[in-house]
Amino acid sequence: MVSKRKKKYSTGEGSQFISRKQALKKLQLTLNDFRRLCIIKGIYPREPRNRKRAQKGDTGIKTLYHIKDIQFLMHEPIIWTLRDYKIFNRKVGRAKAVRDFKTMKKFLDNHPTLKLDHIVKERYPTFIDAIRDLDDCLTLCFLFSTFPSLAHIPREQFNLCRRLTIEFMHAIIEAKALRKVFISIKGYYYQAEIKGQTVTWIIPHHFSFEPQSKQEVDFKVMSTFVEFYLIMLGFVNYRLYHSLNLFYPPKLSISTPNESEKALVDENMFLSERIAALNTPLVKTSNEPVEEDIEIDTFSENNPEKIEEARNEAIKIKKLKTLFKGLKFFLNREVPREPLVFIIRCFGGEVSWDKNLFVGSTFNEDDETITHQVADRPSLEKQYISRYYVQPQWVFDSVNAKELLPVSKYFIGEVLPPHLSPFVNNERNPFEQYIPPEERALMDPAFAEEINKKRQEKENKQVDCIDNNDELEHDNNEIIKTNGLEETEVEKLDPALDKKKKLSVAPGTIYKEEPWMQKKQERQEYKLREKMIKKKHRKIYRAMIRNKKDKAKESWLLRKKRRIIDESKKDNKT
Amino acid sequence: MTRKREKRKPPKSISVVERHTDIDEKNEADEEDENVYFNTIEEEDENSASDSELEDDSDGETEKVLEDFVDEVNSEEYSDSDEHNEDDNLESANDNVNKADSVDESESDNELEEDDSYESEEVSSAPESDSDSDQEEKIKGPLKNKQLKQQSVKVNNKLSKLHQNGKNKFQNENKEFPSGKDEYADGDTSDEEDIRNTIGNIPMKWYDEYRHLGYDWDGNKISKPEQTDTIDNFLRKIEDPDFWRTVKDPQTGQEVVLNENDIELIRRIKEQKIPDVSFDDHAPWIEWFTSEVMQMPLRKFPEHKRSFLPSRDEAKKVSKLVHALKMSWIKSEEERRKEKAKKEPQFYMLWQTDDQSEEMRRIHKHIPPPKRPLPGHAESYNPPPEYLFDSRELKQWNKHKETPWKRKLHFVPQKYDSLRKVPAYSRFIKERFLRCMDLYLCPRAIKMRLQVEPDDLVPKLPSPRDLQPFPTLLAIEYKGHTDMIRTITTDKTGQYLASGSDDCTVKVWEINTGRCLKTFKTDAVVRTIEWCPNEKLPLILVASGRKVILINPNVGDFLQNIKADEILKEKPQSEVIVSDRVKTTVRWDDPTEEEYEKGFRIILSHFKEVTQVTWHGKGDYFASVMPDGQNRSVLVSQLSKRRSQLPFAKSKGLIQCVLFHPSRPFLFVATQRHVRIYDLVKQAMVKKLMSNSHWISFMAVHPGGDNLLVATYDRKMLWFDLDLSTKPYQTLRLHGTAVRAVAYHRKYPLFASGSDDGSMIVSHGMVYNDLLKNPLIVPLKRFQDHTTDNDFGIFAVHFHPLQPWVFSAGSDSTIKLYSN
Repeated sequence: MVSKRKKKYSTGEGSQFISRKQALKKLQLTLNDFRRLCIIKGIYPREPRNRKRAQKGDTGIKTLYHIKDIQFLMHEPIIWTLRDYKIFNRKVGRAKAVRDFKTMKKFLDNHPTLKLDHIVKERYPTFIDAIRDLDDCLTLCFLFSTFPSLAHIPREQFNLCRRLTIEFMHAIIEAKALRKVFISIKGYYYQAEIKGQTVTWIIPHHFSFEPQSKQEVDFKVMSTFVEFYLIMLGFVNYRLYHSLNLFYPPKLSISTPNESEKALVDENMFLSERIAALNTPLVKTSNEPVEEDIEIDTFSENNPEKIEEARNEAIKIKKLKTLFKGLKFFLNREVPREPLVFIIRCFGGEVSWDKNLFVGSTFNEDDETITHQVADRPSLEKQYISRYYVQPQWVFDSVNAKELLPVSKYFIGEVLPPHLSPFVNNERNPFEQYIPPEERALMDPAFAEEINKKRQEKENKQVDCIDNNDELEHDNNEIIKTNGLEETEVEKLDPALDKKKKLSVAPGTIYKEEPWMQKKQERQEYKLREKMIKKKHRKIYRAMIRNKKDKAKESWLLRKKRRIIDESKKDNKT
Repeated sequence: MTRKREKRKPPKSISVVERHTDIDEKNEADEEDENVYFNTIEEEDENSASDSELEDDSDGETEKVLEDFVDEVNSEEYSDSDEHNEDDNLESANDNVNKADSVDESESDNELEEDDSYESEEVSSAPESDSDSDQEEKIKGPLKNKQLKQQSVKVNNKLSKLHQNGKNKFQNENKEFPSGKDEYADGDTSDEEDIRNTIGNIPMKWYDEYRHLGYDWDGNKISKPEQTDTIDNFLRKIEDPDFWRTVKDPQTGQEVVLNENDIELIRRIKEQKIPDVSFDDHAPWIEWFTSEVMQMPLRKFPEHKRSFLPSRDEAKKVSKLVHALKMSWIKSEEERRKEKAKKEPQFYMLWQTDDQSEEMRRIHKHIPPPKRPLPGHAESYNPPPEYLFDSRELKQWNKHKETPWKRKLHFVPQKYDSLRKVPAYSRFIKERFLRCMDLYLCPRAIKMRLQVEPDDLVPKLPSPRDLQPFPTLLAIEYKGHTDMIRTITTDKTGQYLASGSDDCTVKVWEINTGRCLKTFKTDAVVRTIEWCPNEKLPLILVASGRKVILINPNVGDFLQNIKADEILKEKPQSEVIVSDRVKTTVRWDDPTEEEYEKGFRIILSHFKEVTQVTWHGKGDYFASVMPDGQNRSVLVSQLSKRRSQLPFAKSKGLIQCVLFHPSRPFLFVATQRHVRIYDLVKQAMVKKLMSNSHWISFMAVHPGGDNLLVATYDRKMLWFDLDLSTKPYQTLRLHGTAVRAVAYHRKYPLFASGSDDGSMIVSHGMVYNDLLKNPLIVPLKRFQDHTTDNDFGIFAVHFHPLQPWVFSAGSDSTIKLYSN
């Protein structure tokens, strides 16, 4: 008996992947519904190892989904809700067409709703997973909370975004989880540490909304993302509040409006405004202290240096949590209120603002106990002697430095020092990558002193009319000498050359040339060795080298630009 | 009810009420005796007469007002034309009554008719001394009055009142006339229809040119009153105290003196007050229709049964609603609110613990999306100045508008000197959208990233310093050739070097001094020369053009040279018949005297150009290659027997190079792409080596015989380990251009290669005796001393037979010696 011939692409990659069109057919969904489903369920196309085989011999590029992902979608109950939507839309459309507004209203009132709770649980089986994936969620929700109402997007979404993000910020304040902040041209970056996971999000600057052309941005897609993210953020908030012993729909200690105000304001509005002010602590369910981070396990690592380092880090963070404790801030009206209040409250400071600016201010400008007033204008007419008038960058830089920086550089009217990103890797090699001098000064104070000294020395030298290059030359000579010694040792080992050299060498000249020769020789040898790289690694090696060269060039360029700027500055001064 | 009250109507809302009362009263009057009614009328008339008298006395100021007002009234009159028509009908009827004394049955009301008849009788008794118009006026007066009363139309009343007033005035004026006085003696001052003029609603100016004003009821002309000139007017103004309140009736041309009430009325209207003086604006509100629900019905008759029974229609509606509620098609407000609250997302404790998960269906092999890279210093709102773009960088950035992925940064760094000046980032939404699209549409795969430094990829080789000796320095240059040198060779003792060049000479040099000892001129370009490996035969094999020449250079040991000459002189005798194929290929010739003097000993003339010759290790056999010779391209000759053989019957391609195995009877034949190894004894191919390259240029065999180094024009050198496989053990890409020459050192583990870029690389190539250990190859040093000419660099490399020295010959017609 002849065994049946195996069909092509019935096993292996050819059978594992399915194109989007096929998936639509299989799920019996429209592209819009499929997109919505994919976004909500977190299904994404996958890159096959061999595209041609995965596309069953088709060339070109298709969107390929894993067959198991599509099967996973097939069992999703919200598919039925999506189908209900289709029917609902048809019904409403018909009622509208025949101008039967009564039934249309009836339909509209009973519109189907997507329930996404189980999908949150499914996508993020543990709380940690959810936190790990919170970056995009927060950034998008913060962005949406600034939007005006848009066509095709339910208006509740914007309100809910605003509510949940404010609640999240409260949780961060209560947990004192904020670690790094950064003002970028895009917005404010915040980095918090929740349950050992770093979460970074961006809050755009004011007036971030701009109408976008249809080809550029499809708000409907974003809205679908927000639809899921809102549910996720709500559950994360609930869990965070619970772990911090707070009531979940947050409660304020001064919850009710005055008698006089009571008649005028809606109580819910009043409360949500106070919550949005971020300035009053939330009511706790119990006074039990929230479990702090566990002490670092000393047994886990054998390296005592590392343990020491970790301990230092922990102490620093502990300090950081109470960075602004005991300080009283007053925000001028031109200062962006929300980011600063959030940061100051995160690190234990007290803050207030002009009571006409926003509700929730706690003390007035004439309070004598204010220690810092944050202002962002070139000069102020009326100034109190008892407080520092600093620019907002001081707050940000202090947080990133994990200590209160000297305020003198940040007084109003001063030219601010550069605002550095706290996110760049600190463990860089200063010889390979460029580190601006300001950052190096922050990293080790010794460097700052060195710079100052050098500057002074240079100035002195200029006074004495001594060539600037002298020092450098001196250094170079030293290096040459040391290298020269090594070289002579090597030479001695080489018996064949020994004789010749003994005859012809004039000591002075040889010392100068040999290190250079040595280096050249080494380079040559290395070049030859490079040629012995296996064919398999040759390309990647070249790419790496090119990369390295590019980086070196970039850092060289930065260094050069800095040098030119510094010199021009000095020229201007003199 | 009083007449006055009826005439001066309050604003509409109230007027309705009054009309009601009028109607009520009228009803009552209907029910009551007619006489009573008449009495009241008479009384009323008297009242009004007294009023008019009073008014006469009173003075007024609003003279000017009057003219306008009269116009107004006229217009009002015209607007109510229907009523006038009705009136007209009535009046015509009255006329009939007057004349024929008959009762017209067609009139609406009996009472009215009775009334009319009564009045007309009354009027008829009056003397008829007055003018026609006056008389008529008087006749119609009461009639009209009655009519108005019954109709009780406000505007008309007002009008009639005005007319009446006018009438009064008229009376006053006519007081001189006795008839006038008689007429009103009975006190009947009530309104009468003034319309004696029948011209209708036309502008009176049309009659300006005529002596009359129109026509009365009988069709007689109404003559204009006498025109008064201004002086008369003036005099009257002075004399007549009532002049200011005298108005002219445009229809009759008569002058009318307005009484006090009229003036008051006009004044009030002008002031936009309610014309009735007695009307109280602020009177307490009388609720005519009470809002209180009374216990008992006001109606006399009982309610119909229907009103107690529930309506069937309503019941149907209610049942429908109930059904809808039951089926929850419609919802109460509260339910709706609840439902809305339910539709809002409800949050609860989804994760009980931090990191323990339930068993659930999951996405298959989930690949979490990579996080966005965190911002560097350049993204700061106030970056260090060096991060800002200068004009060149900005230009570069702008250049990549269409290809943004090539940009160094995806944004242009900006510097703002304070936070308040930072604007919103215009691409923020777009960037978030792109991120969303990436999350949803970007294919994901797990890529293993190599966590290696580039240095780790470079093979760890022993340092060249540990592999000494090898040539490191350029020691001697041998100059003398005038064209490029194609080939070099050394004698066995390592004292002499021979070189063959394109200038058709072979030169012999002393190695240590660099002196050229001898020069042999040949006829053609010297392709290859090789010194005989046999010490006893100090001969150089030279391939020049179609000839292969054996030259005794006469250097070195004198005795040996003579011996060699002697050996070569005696020709071996052999009976072997040389085949035609060989005969046509090669011819062994003895040199001429002249040539012998030069040092030529034997000359082999080939049928094609010879590119390469090579000795067998023992120095008896040598092979020559003629690439154009097809199946006769390789020729093996034996010196001792002066005999040649063609080992191959078939051509295997363009033959580049042949070599003898140093110890075994093998012949390596390199065609363009392959190297074949033939066993000459068995006359069979042993192996075919695959070069994986396009064109082999040269090859060299290791003195051990197990390794073969093949140079190719496509920049590679291939090291074949014959024990391992037919594929190269290692491919060396040490050179950047075509490799033309390779050579092994006879004693030291060294090999060298020269290429077209004028560089020579000396490498360590250690072959171990242990079969399990693979050869070790370490490039040691690169020499770049030859200049290139016409894209040719080095043509030949050759090692010194005893010392670790290497010679290289190139297109710059020099030979260089590198020593350690």
